[in-house]
Amino acid sequence: MASQAHVETLAVREQFDTAHQQQDASTLGMWIFLLTEIMFFGGMFMMYTVYRAVYPHVFGLASSTLNEMIGAVNTAVLLCSSFTMVLAVRGAQLGRRRTVMLFLILTIVLGLVFLGVKGFEWNQKFQEHHVPGLAFHMEGTSQQGPAQLFFSLYFAMTGLHALHMVLGCGLMLYLLWRTYRGTYSAEYYTPIDMGGLYWHFVDVIWIFLFPLLYLIDRHLK
Amino acid sequence: MNTAVMPERENYLNASYGLKSWLLTKDHKRIALLYLITITLFFLLGGVFATLIRLELLSPNGHLMSSDTYNKMFTMHGVVMIFFFLIPSIPAAIGNFVLPMMIGARDLAFPRINLLSWYLLVIGGLLAIFAMVSGGVDTGWTFYTPYSTSYSNTWVIATALGIFVAGFSSILTGLNFIVTIHRMRAPGMTWFRMPLFVWAHYATSVIQVLGTPVLAVTLVLVLCERLFHIGLFDPALGGDPVLFQHLFWFYSHPAVYIMVLPAMGVVSELVSTFSRKAIFGYKFVAFSSVAIAVLGFLVWGHHMFVSGQSLYAGMVFSFLSYFVAIPSAIKVFNWTATLYKGSISFETPMLYAFGFIGLFTIGGLTGLFVAALGVDIHVTDTYFVVAHFHYIMVGGAIMAYMGAIHFWWPKMTGRMYPEGWAKLSALVIFLGFNLTFFPQFILGYLGMPRRYHTYPDEFQVLHVFSTAGASVLAVGYFIPLVYLLWSLRYGKVAGANPWGATGLEWQTASPPPVHNFDVTPVVDCDAYDYSRVIREVVEIG
Repeated sequence: MASQAHVETLAVREQFDTAHQQQDASTLGMWIFLLTEIMFFGGMFMMYTVYRAVYPHVFGLASSTLNEMIGAVNTAVLLCSSFTMVLAVRGAQLGRRRTVMLFLILTIVLGLVFLGVKGFEWNQKFQEHHVPGLAFHMEGTSQQGPAQLFFSLYFAMTGLHALHMVLGCGLMLYLLWRTYRGTYSAEYYTPIDMGGLYWHFVDVIWIFLFPLLYLIDRHLK
Repeated sequence: MNTAVMPERENYLNASYGLKSWLLTKDHKRIALLYLITITLFFLLGGVFATLIRLELLSPNGHLMSSDTYNKMFTMHGVVMIFFFLIPSIPAAIGNFVLPMMIGARDLAFPRINLLSWYLLVIGGLLAIFAMVSGGVDTGWTFYTPYSTSYSNTWVIATALGIFVAGFSSILTGLNFIVTIHRMRAPGMTWFRMPLFVWAHYATSVIQVLGTPVLAVTLVLVLCERLFHIGLFDPALGGDPVLFQHLFWFYSHPAVYIMVLPAMGVVSELVSTFSRKAIFGYKFVAFSSVAIAVLGFLVWGHHMFVSGQSLYAGMVFSFLSYFVAIPSAIKVFNWTATLYKGSISFETPMLYAFGFIGLFTIGGLTGLFVAALGVDIHVTDTYFVVAHFHYIMVGGAIMAYMGAIHFWWPKMTGRMYPEGWAKLSALVIFLGFNLTFFPQFILGYLGMPRRYHTYPDEFQVLHVFSTAGASVLAVGYFIPLVYLLWSLRYGKVAGANPWGATGLEWQTASPPPVHNFDVTPVVDCDAYDYSRVIREVVEIG
């Protein structure tokens, strides 16, 4: 069963001449996709930049209400997940099926931990009335509007990032299933490679989000 | 030739039958035809809105519809024509069909993604149509805040969602083209041997890939603003509505080049083929496409000269907008130089190419008027601007699209269209177009604002001219619809290369086999090397 699936996917698709060309095309396609993702998040980063420049003080105050320890822990969790992802890709290069499965599972678990912590944080924000809308209220400033802008960006950016994490976990589950079925080998593991690129990309987005949202003007606290 | 002797030769059309073989196809040629049918339907829909607009404007007091209805009409005309017709038109329909063949590939790099992109366009289109039949949308195709986020009581969410989904269709097409051009070229097909159509599509794809995500995220934020009142564009909370305009035009100005760059690629092919000469200054034309794509990202602020952006920003954007004229002019000059001493023949595609060059030049030069700060203040939001961009989009992009359809029709279907009718309709379209839109330049200069459906009596004569022209234009578009469908059954059988053109797509049968080429071609000469082409004897008419 496993070997049958193995043969099936090793076959180069009809539009390609060689396996190398196929892998090359997939990699280039993935990088271009990530480029579009950068532009997608870029719109929000641009808005963040503009509004932070216009309302530096309120943004600092609003940022100080976030718990930087939780953010730091989550950053560590995500970095670890990138590490396990790399090990999964390495395992795929060496054709070690069980290694790949182990590290994919670990990656998913770490991803879920991140999402869990994020959910906990969001819940806290709900209780503190820091969610944009009618009930919004932040202590310590009269500029409720701009404070709300910060949290609009906070929820939009972390929400979009979390959505990418959810999709990433789904992708990892799919790769796990295909690995279990024996689809990949040391000769053909492009999807795992591509999944890795995606996972690292989502990681890198967070690396920018964490300082921008959590670590501005902590002294205002 | 083989094709004439053996009419049963297997090709992409008769290789398999049934609805499923089309809806689940991975063949770029079939997907191109799916696109062609889809966008033709959207073109008709957008045309219906245009007709209603022109009818309403026949009289100064607007008897046909209320102001609210009129707002919906021009909005839906814009939304349908731009997002569901012009953006996918040449790349997704024509480019999908011929681009892989032009570089000697069997298919695009990602055939399944190609099919997915068609489905995304259809889903996006259905969402937009749902919005229209439910009551329409009245924000203008530009969705300016805070009207779109706080005040409009129409179907903004469904429409924006439809555009969002269709945007991903555009992104995936661009991604597919870039990878295909990089990785799928036949042996010997170097970058500087590629037809200029391919260069134009490469530049277009870069814009699609880099620009469209920004529109997508902007629309998401508009949706969030409407649904959750998050305030990012709401001045009441300290948000900035002009920021929306920046984000919107960051995509939507380059989107103009998504529409016109492929058209320029088509014209390069047509001018060369029908003057039987290599394009003058190949590399200049190739790099001018890239230059337009790059500069196109740096000029969005010229849509916002009166929005309250800083004067210095306005000056820089004005200056950079003038820069875009340089690569555009290079193209026009080089096409003209190609014609010089060429053996020019006047088949229908060439008529459209001539139409493009003339009308694009007028559209481009009036673009310089509106790129000038002082003049723009006078003509902002007038019919001058309306006329200007219709010269680029209808006079430019759609002219080239029509030329492309006629040029590659024999390749797509294996049949010739009737040349006499085609020439007639090309002429009708050219005359109808000018009659419709030239009066609008004058109207705008005299002060007729856009998006109004009542106007002072003295403007009526020009509006009547414009509406009369639109009727002529409609006839012009209707004739090809009839004879092209007619030709599917009754048209003369076309040979592999009825025009004596040089592209690789002409070196395979018409219609092409499923994998495009029986043997992968090996390229050993530049594009447009007419000394090598042996013209098949095909009587046209």
